[in-house]
Amino acid sequence: MISDIASHAMLVAVLACFAAACAAPPLLTRLGTVLGGRLLALLPLILLGVLLSGFGAEVAAGGAVVQSLAWIPGLSVSASFLFDGLSMLMAVLVLGIGVLILTFAASYLDGDDRAPRFFAYLMSFMGAMLGLVLSDNLLLLFVFWELTSVTSFLLIGYDHEDEKARKSAFQGLFVTVAGGLVMLAGIIVLAEMAGSYELSVILAGEDLHAAPGAGLALALIAIGCFTKSAQFPFHFWLPNAMAAPTPVSAYLHSATMVKAGVYLLARLHPVLGEHAHWFWWLVPAGSVTMLLGAVLAFRSSGLKRVLAYTTVMALGTLTLLLGLGEAGAAVSFLLAHALYKGALFLVAGIVTHESGAKDIRDANGLARHMPVTAVAALIAAASAAGLPPLFGFIGKELLMEAGQHGPVLVRVMALLAGALVAAMVATLVLRVFFSGDGRANPKAAHEAPWSMLAGPVVLGIGTVLFGLFPGLATDSMLAAAAKAAGEEGKFYLALWHGFNMALLMSTVSLLIAVGLFLGWPAMQRRFAAWTVPERFGAEAGYGRLLDGILGIASLQTRLLQSGYLRYYVMTLLLVLLTLTGGTLLARTGIIVPAGADFGSYGVPAVMAAIILAAGMAALRTRTALKAVLALGALGFGVALVFLWYSAPDLAITQVMIETLTTILLVLVLFRMPRFRRLSTVAERARDVVIAVSVGALMTALVWMVIGGRQFPSIASWFLERSVAEGYGRNVVNVILVDFRALDTLGEIFVLALAAVGVYALLRGPAMLESERSKP
Amino acid sequence: MAVWLAITVGGLYGCAFYMLMRRSITKTLIGLILLSNAANLLIFVAAGLTEAQPALIPADSYLPEPGTADPLAQALILTAIVIGFGVLAFAMALIYRAHEVLHVDDFDALKDADE
Repeated sequence: MISDIASHAMLVAVLACFAAACAAPPLLTRLGTVLGGRLLALLPLILLGVLLSGFGAEVAAGGAVVQSLAWIPGLSVSASFLFDGLSMLMAVLVLGIGVLILTFAASYLDGDDRAPRFFAYLMSFMGAMLGLVLSDNLLLLFVFWELTSVTSFLLIGYDHEDEKARKSAFQGLFVTVAGGLVMLAGIIVLAEMAGSYELSVILAGEDLHAAPGAGLALALIAIGCFTKSAQFPFHFWLPNAMAAPTPVSAYLHSATMVKAGVYLLARLHPVLGEHAHWFWWLVPAGSVTMLLGAVLAFRSSGLKRVLAYTTVMALGTLTLLLGLGEAGAAVSFLLAHALYKGALFLVAGIVTHESGAKDIRDANGLARHMPVTAVAALIAAASAAGLPPLFGFIGKELLMEAGQHGPVLVRVMALLAGALVAAMVATLVLRVFFSGDGRANPKAAHEAPWSMLAGPVVLGIGTVLFGLFPGLATDSMLAAAAKAAGEEGKFYLALWHGFNMALLMSTVSLLIAVGLFLGWPAMQRRFAAWTVPERFGAEAGYGRLLDGILGIASLQTRLLQSGYLRYYVMTLLLVLLTLTGGTLLARTGIIVPAGADFGSYGVPAVMAAIILAAGMAALRTRTALKAVLALGALGFGVALVFLWYSAPDLAITQVMIETLTTILLVLVLFRMPRFRRLSTVAERARDVVIAVSVGALMTALVWMVIGGRQFPSIASWFLERSVAEGYGRNVVNVILVDFRALDTLGEIFVLALAAVGVYALLRGPAMLESERSKP
Repeated sequence: MAVWLAITVGGLYGCAFYMLMRRSITKTLIGLILLSNAANLLIFVAAGLTEAQPALIPADSYLPEPGTADPLAQALILTAIVIGFGVLAFAMALIYRAHEVLHVDDFDALKDADE
């Protein structure tokens, strides 16, 4: 039993998160938000301990663990999980930052009566995200991928009474789920190419990038990843996602979920990185996103909005690095960004929570009131700006160095984006914490409790430690992650690379940043007044797309849903004529009944004449009663056909039913008025044309059916068994009461229902009347 | 011989759809009856026509004579005839009630009454 659990440790870990999600609401209601939330925070800590102690050493040495449980073998879906360097890095981020976020949220949401729900969503997200980064099966990965989108939707729309939050939640869901579906197509193409849905098998395959279809798989998966990781032109949903509570922004929309796209690209880098299109998909998207994110961050002033746009910039950078083939640099930057951006978001949360300020310009001099937060913020900002000796410096050096291997344009863009972001984080931290006297804040500020400080402080310690001793990071995780992401050769990091081009570029970037920082108040106003991004940007395009969809929907509703029965019938017939008739004409031309022998059989011709004459009479008569007579004649004509062609049972039934119908119609219809002419000559002519065309089409179809039987009849089965198994010599009867008796039972039900309905309609109102008239 | 029945089926469908496109409620009921007959005949003809060989097994045999008519299609049509009658009866009751309440035989008038 124990060994069973150990051999499915990853599955159990994922399920534990979902179980905790179910347990969260009662737990928090019983114990209160603070205690319950902190208790939940223990779970990721335990899971982290279990995973690292179980597989950490093996994976850090470059190994990989696969655990598989057959789930739906027929569909190639298995609950299989892969733990290698890349998974480990992501799992550590998901669980480690998860601990801090849960602890933070427990205090942050204290007093909010919706907190139980919040924690249920957050734990579900944690399970989905953990499943995503641990999945070995691509279909399983897709399921978790969409689950993170759904939980993200729930968390963005947490404040569901706010219209903006609801809109933003839908926008995030729409963009990421649509992208996810595109990705699913890519996954299928990839798996068909590789012959397996298991990542461990796909990654072992050589030369997959050279297989036909690799370009298509790459394109589809890249689009999916771009939507999830907020790459241009899908970047707009991420800043709007800031409607979620701050712990969510720090966790989902900065440290983990938005990295899912980058994660998958890094995953597939070893097999698709050699493809000729890899560079052209990732580098342009990544570099544009990087610069755009930096520019948009610079023109914002809301605390979380600035951080959201710098996150867009970082995600662009990651895509760019992967596009340039710098997997080691990408995973290092990913770790650095998770550390400092997670901290900055939590700091922003503390600032808003403790001082009420939501905008850079609303807060000032907070360092006096919250010194610990200020120091943590300073460290995170310095790391984000790329100052030594912090881990962010190493990340930025790697970016500048990677730029050397890319086009000049990319180098310039990286330099500019770096400068803008550095200026922006400096503005954020210095203006909020270190300028002014700290009096003019929206409310009297004070330091946050330890549970909220733990996040920024722990992340800050990580930033400093990994910066001073990069070996700590590489030996424990990054080297293995870089290897898993396709970095060739031994990967190592160093704080000091000597005087080289990258250092020069970093320095130039920082100098520009100083200038930008000093000029920010004036430049921000001017930038913000420039409304081209709002009017013509991707988000405006998204709005137009949604409007277009709604417009088409209402247009086709107006066109098709007229509310008149005759137009519905007409639509159906025209579609039938166009599709079936058109196909018939296109495939076979005008049908000439080959060998049609009209004259040799007198009886069929007479029967046809009776039926058609009766039908026409029913059409042309002016009173309902005459129509009933015509219909009766028609029905008996049909009975004659049945009789002539070896169907005595049908003939008997038809005669009986026809008699009943005629009596019923006479009873009811003789009270109806004479028909009036309700339609114009033109309308009738139009209907005649349509009706005649459909009639001709049906004749042609019947003729074709008679002409060519495609399959042998299954009637012989019934004929052979009728006496032997059904003990009856009238095969039609045996079928009805024996072989297909359930059909007959259904038929009886239909008739009974119809009878009840008729009775209720005809007698019900009268009965109601008499009820009412009783005293 | 089948060509006559093919024409009959097509003709009945044409008549049925013409009536279904009328504004008069009673006329659409007539259309429904025509349609039901057309559909039954369609299945009957499509199953293949056999003269004078009903699906009856002679008293002295376990197996039918070769060339017997298709009993399965007949069983299906028999069910369809009866169900068609049920639908027709219900539709007629509906129309009758509608006429009793609104005193019109015009779908467009029903539409107005709805609003």
